[in-house]
Amino acid sequence: MDAGVSYNQMVVDQTDDARLDRLFQAFADATRRDILARVITGEYSVSGLAAHYAMSFAAVQKHVAVMERASLVTKEKRGREQIVRPDLEGVQKARRLLEEYELIWRQRVDRIADILAEEKE
Amino acid sequence: MTFISSHQDPEALSLTFVAEFDASVERVWQVWEDPRQLERWWGPPTYPATFQRHEFVPGGSASYYMTSPEGEKFHGWWKITAIDAPRRLEYDDGFADENGVPDDKMGATHSVMTLETVEGRTRMTTVTVFESAEQLQQMLEMGMEEGVREGMGQIDALLAEPARA
Repeated sequence: MDAGVSYNQMVVDQTDDARLDRLFQAFADATRRDILARVITGEYSVSGLAAHYAMSFAAVQKHVAVMERASLVTKEKRGREQIVRPDLEGVQKARRLLEEYELIWRQRVDRIADILAEEKE
Repeated sequence: MTFISSHQDPEALSLTFVAEFDASVERVWQVWEDPRQLERWWGPPTYPATFQRHEFVPGGSASYYMTSPEGEKFHGWWKITAIDAPRRLEYDDGFADENGVPDDKMGATHSVMTLETVEGRTRMTTVTVFESAEQLQQMLEMGMEEGVREGMGQIDALLAEPARA
């Protein structure tokens, strides 16, 4: 029995790999994290966002496009404006990965406690 | 209880993890400093870690591998960026090829570990910041096996155990 393979499939659905890569690339940039924080708490158009950054409208538009591909935000046309909205499912996906990582640390500190307890027995 | 609290920040890709131990700050520092103790807890029992090098000084590096149940070896590295013994350790870590050479495309994680005395116990806080999904996933593949196999209920049971005297 190949426990390693079945295990890998359990942890992260392989079909999600490409999506996860896009997600983490989107998170890796400070401007994009800031954009996400803004659109979660308020309503912004692309041009409304652009007013907050020392970069061109086109550059902000590019950041939003990266986030859109990563399923972190969606765009909605309203008149001549494009409203940027958060995709909360994408944000939750990142949280789920971090939760799995947290389990590693839960197990590690338990093993440390076991080591420390040995001397007291 | 060993586990105290944790905080995930998906926007910054970081995890803050707080635990407390019934031991002195100096004693908890040793489980990081001594490679023979470190390898007993860094990897899960199913993927035990072997540290071949562990230079526990600023600018020092460590290299280790974890062995899968099938005997496959996964190599990793640490780079110690700052040490203030026995209270603060900063290090980067990541995966390496079979010769222990860091795999740059996988990215590194940046961690800060601090120890402090709180009401006679030692509080350990680790803050880990991730760079890439790929690295996080590989870490999960190696580190999660135990948890997946035993189930979440088992972990809750472990955490519910009374503090060791």
